[in-house]
Amino acid sequence: MRRIAAMTRNPAMIALVAALAITGCASKKTPNNPADLGLGGGAGAPGSAQEFTVAVGDRIFFDVDSSVIRADAQATLSKQAQWLNKYGQYSITVEGHADERGTREYNLALGARRAAATRDFLVSRGVGSNRIRTISYGKERPVAVCDDISCWTQNRRAVTVLNGAGS
Amino acid sequence: MKRFWHSIVVAASVAVGVSAAATLPARALVEIDINQGNVEPLPIAITDFVSTDAIGAEISKIVIADLKRSGLFAPIDKGAFIEKISNPDQAPRFDDWKVINAQALVTGRVGQEPDGRLRAEFRLWDTFAGQQLVGEQFFANKANVRRVAHIIADSIYERLTGEKGYFDTRVVFIDESGPKDARQKRLAIMDQDGANLRYLSDGRAIALTPRFSPTRQEITYMSYESGQPQVYLLQIETGQRELVGNFPGMTFAPRFSPDGLKVIMSLLRDDGNSNIFVMDLRSRTTTRLTNSASIDTSPSYSPDGSQVVFTSDRGGRAQIYVMNADGSGQRRISFGDGTYSTPVWSPRGDLIAFTKQSSGEFQIGVMRTDGSGERILSSSFQQEGPTWAPNGRVIMFFRQAAGTAGPKLYSIDLTGRNEQSIPTANFGSDPAWSPLLE
Repeated sequence: MRRIAAMTRNPAMIALVAALAITGCASKKTPNNPADLGLGGGAGAPGSAQEFTVAVGDRIFFDVDSSVIRADAQATLSKQAQWLNKYGQYSITVEGHADERGTREYNLALGARRAAATRDFLVSRGVGSNRIRTISYGKERPVAVCDDISCWTQNRRAVTVLNGAGS
Repeated sequence: MKRFWHSIVVAASVAVGVSAAATLPARALVEIDINQGNVEPLPIAITDFVSTDAIGAEISKIVIADLKRSGLFAPIDKGAFIEKISNPDQAPRFDDWKVINAQALVTGRVGQEPDGRLRAEFRLWDTFAGQQLVGEQFFANKANVRRVAHIIADSIYERLTGEKGYFDTRVVFIDESGPKDARQKRLAIMDQDGANLRYLSDGRAIALTPRFSPTRQEITYMSYESGQPQVYLLQIETGQRELVGNFPGMTFAPRFSPDGLKVIMSLLRDDGNSNIFVMDLRSRTTTRLTNSASIDTSPSYSPDGSQVVFTSDRGGRAQIYVMNADGSGQRRISFGDGTYSTPVWSPRGDLIAFTKQSSGEFQIGVMRTDGSGERILSSSFQQEGPTWAPNGRVIMFFRQAAGTAGPKLYSIDLTGRNEQSIPTANFGSDPAWSPLLE
């Protein structure tokens, strides 16, 4: 887990790590998943949702039962804030998620806390709080569905979704 | 507990006239002591109810299934029966039942009244004492055959164990279908044995954590239907829904108060923490009960309404706390290794069921209301969400075994014995047991 945390500083590596980890599990086929966008497909046009997802990185990951924004996540969120400050036409929804290794109601609360921590970090980097909505999905919306730590680490996440951008 | 639904089943405790042995029994009447650790199931013969159609055998089958699943009864195979009951108004030949070791015998009759209603009567016999223990008669709409059978099973259970039964009850739960990363989660309701499944939501929005009103045909639950997770009320019979309160943020983890007049739940604060509030359903006023920079959730009232047990991570990790119903006197009661959540107060008032995470496993357990006497009933890879049968002797929960695609419902006795799988069409989670229907 620590090793993954260190690697994910590089956004290209995020996609790679996700792609590797998902091989062992069922993968979710949505354009929201960087692994499915392809590494060679380019970062998308400047200001596009694809650029945000692939080049900036739309998600950060958390330690077990924690909503602390880790150093690697701070780097991602700083880039998100920079991008959002440049492209002010987007409002965003920050989705907080938990892995399945907790009970349902507690994990709803934990996901909410992660979303709030992510929002607060983006606001501290200049993103207007009126542009940000938060929602918790608890453990109800996993992206990786195996029964071990390789999936749980991917599911403990906050995803920044551009509203109206088809994601 | 308020009575409802009596328009559907009219029960009359009639001593159906029969010349049972009027003398005092030579031995103590048959009974099951369910308070001892290891109960030897009682051999019981349940005959097909006398009838002109298949309903007689159907009722008997349901009674047998209920009693068998309780773990307290060992219904005897019909192939072993010597006497064929053709007139249930006559005393059976007790020797024929003693010789196959049937300590108790159930006989009955079912037929149709001139007005079309079903008329069912049954007798419970103590074969060794040669005595009738129960004789009851019921009138019901034909559609309620299963309920009649469950009521008969409850009556037998109560007479032989001294505790109220729990067979004439329902379970509201979340029906889960589809792949794990795109799962549909619908509200559903069924009888406690899995029969009569009915959906209460269409599955377009995720619905979670349904709980029964103790007094009305109503549930409270959480749904994403507005886009924001919020607590709702749903009238089971009419399908009428209503948002509980008008809060800007997520509301979740709802439960009714024992009088059914309030809903207690968690409300998300702007700082990302969650606190416990209670809403009076008549005045619509909301009262804050906790105010801490932590996750406070999963509140559950004591049956007398004076106290609330809940989960909080204010001490660093999730643990169980108890407070007075006005929010005063908050104190931690769980101190074991691991984390504790989903506390639910027993309907008898003496125990709290919980989910514990320890050593990589999820455990269902019970403790006294001061946190002492912790007992783990079941442990596995992933399980949670205990709910009590109305008599406080059985706990239902949901489990996802390692390597399986989704959760299923299980029940287990308070003793930690007699684990049973509850049949559901799809995956199932978040079971909540109804009160006895009565």
